[in-house]
Amino acid sequence: MDSTLGLLALSPPGWGGTLLIGLWASIQIAVGAFGLGLLIGLGGAYGKIYGGPVLRDCLGVYTTVVRALPELILILLLYFGLTDMVNKLMLALGYGRIQISGVVAGVLVLGVVQGAYATEILRGAILAVPPGQIEAARAMGMPAGKIARRITIPTMLGLALPGLSNLWLIATKDTALLAIVGFNELTLATRQAAGTTKAFFTFFIAAGVIYLAISLLSTWGFARLEAWARRGDPPRVAGAR
Amino acid sequence: MNLAAKSEAKAPQRSHEAIRVEGLHKSFGAHEVLKGVSLSAREGDVVTLIGGSGSGKSTLLRCVNFLETPSSGRIVIGGEEVRCRPDGTPADRRQIERIRQSLGMVFQSFNLWTHKTVLENLIEVPVHVLGLPKDEAVARARKLLARVGLAEKESAYPAFLSGGQQQRAAIARALCMEPRAMLFDEPTSALDPELVGEVLAVIRSLADEGRTMLLVTHEMKFAREVSDHVVYLYNGLIEEEGPPERLFGDPQSARLKQFLKSVS
Ligand SMILES: Nc1ncnc2c1ncn2[C@@H]1O[C@H](COP(=O)(O)OP(=O)(O)O)[C@@H](O)[C@H]1O
Ligand SMILES: [Mg+2]
Repeated sequence: MDSTLGLLALSPPGWGGTLLIGLWASIQIAVGAFGLGLLIGLGGAYGKIYGGPVLRDCLGVYTTVVRALPELILILLLYFGLTDMVNKLMLALGYGRIQISGVVAGVLVLGVVQGAYATEILRGAILAVPPGQIEAARAMGMPAGKIARRITIPTMLGLALPGLSNLWLIATKDTALLAIVGFNELTLATRQAAGTTKAFFTFFIAAGVIYLAISLLSTWGFARLEAWARRGDPPRVAGAR
Repeated sequence: MNLAAKSEAKAPQRSHEAIRVEGLHKSFGAHEVLKGVSLSAREGDVVTLIGGSGSGKSTLLRCVNFLETPSSGRIVIGGEEVRCRPDGTPADRRQIERIRQSLGMVFQSFNLWTHKTVLENLIEVPVHVLGLPKDEAVARARKLLARVGLAEKESAYPAFLSGGQQQRAAIARALCMEPRAMLFDEPTSALDPELVGEVLAVIRSLADEGRTMLLVTHEMKFAREVSDHVVYLYNGLIEEEGPPERLFGDPQSARLKQFLKSVS
């Protein structure tokens, strides 16, 4: 027991600090990728609904391909593909190679994956907004951008949040896949600690507990958010369904 | 909302005409719904549209504030003509928005914003589109809510109100923009019969204070009482029009006679 606590101590020779640094990196990437995914998803959803045929086709290819391929392949493909492309571009423009930071690369790669799923979630939610809500805003002379921000998006939020909550959990777990490209997030930190000390069980249990805590906390947070977004929903009549 | 100052070149005509529709045609694909309709409402007029289901009443009303784009014809609001491109679409999005702000529309299905309280529904456009200071908008909104008998409901979400209360709130929301005229599209058709009276009472009070309105309704007795002018629409054309006493008391066309018999 003492040795277990010693292994997890925050300062060396304990590995707790290393795990926390890994956790922090995972959270940064998950938040960044989820945020980027939401932005892409919002643009993608509006593009799919209101865009011209070319834009709609492009978005269709994007969401279909990204959702069809295993995430691991996408991450390898995008990670090496994107960094390679950026550097080719830099060389072509006469600049030297640049080092893309792990966090930025991780956010970009996972963000592109998240964006595809977010596009579909948000598109469905926007289409489920009763047309009268938007029509009332149009009839009162609200400009289109304001209608999106102040009417459509708040109204569809309650419908989108269950899907987005799932997507966020996937984001937190997909950060572990970045270990494959050598990014020092929680899972890689855990592997290092386990490999060095040979206390595999201790460290992977510890990592598991951390992932579980993140999941429980965010499920609670999203439930609160959804309750708020649904504040205007009709009262549930007892016995109805 | 200084319409006159903002509108360029064309000064409002002295006729005090609030709404003018000239030669309005509207087709959905090959289906011609309006086949050349003209009407006008002077300031303070209550003009009522009656007619069978599918005769084009809603389409006509929705063309006035460009929720539908007319296929051809002229729309003049407060002396300001809506400028259109050769293909009939509005040339100036800002002009359309400004005109819509001057026309308070009330829908059959209320269409209150579900995620906003009654008070938030009322002040939404005045504050966030017209730029009215929030405290002024709130004061204006509370006055209107008191007027339609909803003072205690300002913090309620629409789903928690009866249909009659929702429609009265929707009317207050439209009034809160201080519009030049009101457009009502069958405001009581979605209501349980016992809730119709409270909404008609509010509309009547607006008519009594000299509000300009274009009203689509199936409440013939009410139409007869509040209207200055009644228009009977049949199949996308005006079949007969005139003062309510004549239209209801002494209808000329066989179709109108038949229609009045069917709704009475
Ligand atoms: N957006 C639309 N697309 C196609 N047809 C429409 C549309 N809106 C209305 N119509 C058709 O136009 C006709 C007139 O409709 P409407 O103006 O709603 O009639 P009313 O309000 O008098 O009942 C109907 O036949 C209806 O089916
Ligand atoms: Mg109608």
